[in-house]
Amino acid sequence: MQPKDFGFGEDEKMLRDSARKFLSDTLPIDKLRKLVAADHVDAYESDPQPVFYDEAIWKQIVELGWTTLAVPEQSGGAGMKTVAVVALAEEAGRAALPSPLIATLIATAIVREADGPGASKLLERIAAGEAVSMAMTDAQGSWEAEDTDVVANVAGDETKLSGTACFVQDARKAGVFVVAAKSAEGVGLYCTDADAPGVTVHPDQIVDLTRDQGRVDLSEVLVAADNVIAAPGAGSGAIEKAMPTVLAIVAADLVGAAEWQLQTTAEYARTRTQFDHPLGFFQAVKHPIVDSMIAIDRARSLVYAAACDIDCGDATAETTARMAKSAAADASAYVSGRSVQLHGGIGFTWECDIHIYFKRQQHNQMLYGDGVYQRAKLGDLL
Amino acid sequence: MAKKDTPEQAEFRAHARKWLEENRPAPPKTRLPELAIEVALEEHRDYLCEWQKKCYEAGLVACDYPTEYGGGGHSGFQRIANQEMGRADVPFLINVIGLGMAAPTILHHGSDEQKKKYLPPLFSADEIWCQGFSEPGAGSDLASAQTSAVRDGDNWVINGHKVWTSLATFAKWMILLARSSNDHKYNGLTYFVAPIAATEGVTVRPLIKITGGTGFNEVLFEDVVVSDDMRLDDIGKGWTVAMTTLTHERGAAEGAGGGGMGIEERIDGLIELAKKTPRGSGTAWDDAVIRDRIVQIAIRAAGLRHTARRGRVDGLIEHPMRLPLQGKVVMTELMQDAAQIGLDLTGAAGSLYLKDPNAPDGGDWSHAYLNSYGMTIAAGTSEIQRNILGERVLGMAKSK
Repeated sequence: MQPKDFGFGEDEKMLRDSARKFLSDTLPIDKLRKLVAADHVDAYESDPQPVFYDEAIWKQIVELGWTTLAVPEQSGGAGMKTVAVVALAEEAGRAALPSPLIATLIATAIVREADGPGASKLLERIAAGEAVSMAMTDAQGSWEAEDTDVVANVAGDETKLSGTACFVQDARKAGVFVVAAKSAEGVGLYCTDADAPGVTVHPDQIVDLTRDQGRVDLSEVLVAADNVIAAPGAGSGAIEKAMPTVLAIVAADLVGAAEWQLQTTAEYARTRTQFDHPLGFFQAVKHPIVDSMIAIDRARSLVYAAACDIDCGDATAETTARMAKSAAADASAYVSGRSVQLHGGIGFTWECDIHIYFKRQQHNQMLYGDGVYQRAKLGDLL
Repeated sequence: MAKKDTPEQAEFRAHARKWLEENRPAPPKTRLPELAIEVALEEHRDYLCEWQKKCYEAGLVACDYPTEYGGGGHSGFQRIANQEMGRADVPFLINVIGLGMAAPTILHHGSDEQKKKYLPPLFSADEIWCQGFSEPGAGSDLASAQTSAVRDGDNWVINGHKVWTSLATFAKWMILLARSSNDHKYNGLTYFVAPIAATEGVTVRPLIKITGGTGFNEVLFEDVVVSDDMRLDDIGKGWTVAMTTLTHERGAAEGAGGGGMGIEERIDGLIELAKKTPRGSGTAWDDAVIRDRIVQIAIRAAGLRHTARRGRVDGLIEHPMRLPLQGKVVMTELMQDAAQIGLDLTGAAGSLYLKDPNAPDGGDWSHAYLNSYGMTIAAGTSEIQRNILGERVLGMAKSK
């Protein structure tokens, strides 16, 4: 029997409210603008693209314990439920927070499902504040671990990784990568430090200003036995098991940011006057804003339902999580489009903050598969 | 927080469940329509009135109304009774307009005498109620109603034309919004309880729906005399009273319960239809585009279900009316889109209607699609719903 409140009780509410307060105090919109969108030349023309990121905020986040939230208690974490994790991800989205928080929460979810000797060690490092990101995507951007371009050469106790992982999130913020690599027995997961010999990060030039992304080249990178997260053949299973959580986290980030877009656009429609009326007087403006709200609420409900399914070990977790990601990706695409369009002339300019969220949303929509991708998977599940 | 039953409520729930199991009636000779507001046959009327009376006598109707007006005098019992009636797969209650709209309005605005007179036979379905708000010239802009009420001593004389009046053929009473003054749009309206059955000057004519079926009516008033003690609240307060009625309208739609096909059933039907519809070398279910459309419907339905659940979790609500006010527009548009996909899937055979022996699923997809427009128009069109959401929840300026 599932809890009627999705398991969102007093502890979860306290965490969410304090996260919301911390982010609105620490990173209000004017500070976010200065941090990530101070200069368009800097953003899109310097090579490499700068990492727009406030390390001091990240240190505070680590101190607040947000990265340890999903780490089990036996590994030194808080061992909180998925419903708490998605509530936190929603706040990160609402603030368009530039940080390796989401990447670390995703990696945590996957490592938790693995039972290699390195898994608990890495969880302990995460609990101590290490930023971690998954390196599992091939050059085509496949979200299936089997498609990895990285090869693992296993020789006795040692494994050597060679190849390239693409679309690695927050690649220059992470201290550790969890690499999906193929060998004869199948996909394994391996932990390597970002500054280990043979590891080179090539930054991508991306649209989103609130994160960084890169290609991680691995050239005979040595992984000791105690850094094997999942043995060869066990990696895909760990990723599959964690995928509902991964999708729920990304969907929550989308929903939080979409709510900011909604409120900001509604505020503009309340205050901007044309033809002697506030914009919201006109139904051609009002109705799309209402449709934005409806789309967000559908996605938000599905995010919490998915988190609850996951926490209850319910067999429907994958279905609900893919529904949540599909709904959140589509909602945010719609809300983003309307937020720019309904801001009119100013919405098309760099000076209007709307573009910061628009770009973050665009990035999140594709992560771990967009709406069409999720629905293709759902067709087989229904 | 999700509402937990108190010990009294838990006991009542058990009683309701047991009673419904033991008293579920045999189905009528001909199939009931999907909703109470579509009842058009006397046979169905008799069957459903008898059922509502039994439910009332078992304490499942008007549970939360004061005992002096025929209610059960409880608190929080009706929600439970509705839930149990919903899950028990029993016929719907016929007097939906009465229970959902007239009764709460009378309770709020009526005199003690009016409450004693009208409420008990409404609850027992001895007297059926209908609603006289919409007119040919006053739909979404309800306050422009032109049906006139002219004072004549202790009486009022009513002249006008009401439309979309479900159940009027069986109704004893109508809640009526009429114009008592032409000087003010809103303050010129007065609210009455008007006699319908066997009343001089009242003509009830069935309106034929887009589906070709009956189910609602138009009502013509020609010099109909209504005594002043049938007026609810003050002269000129009709708009305020009507707002009370409309606040409860959504509840009336929900209170209909049972009978109609739910969205989950619709989706199962869609997937089943896709799996048996040939396309190329396989079935329509193998077609990625069709599958995507059906899965989108399933996602919207799941979203709606979990939104209803989230609506009861305080910590996950931004505004108290934000989720409740979405229900009507989201559900009716979803049902419409689902029916349209079904119709598309049937291809050429979608041209076949109810009586054609070759019509897929008995022509239900065409019928459901046509009929779905009743739901997106009734009780405030989808456009009006969006205005309400934009204005009440997001604080945008009132549209004209």
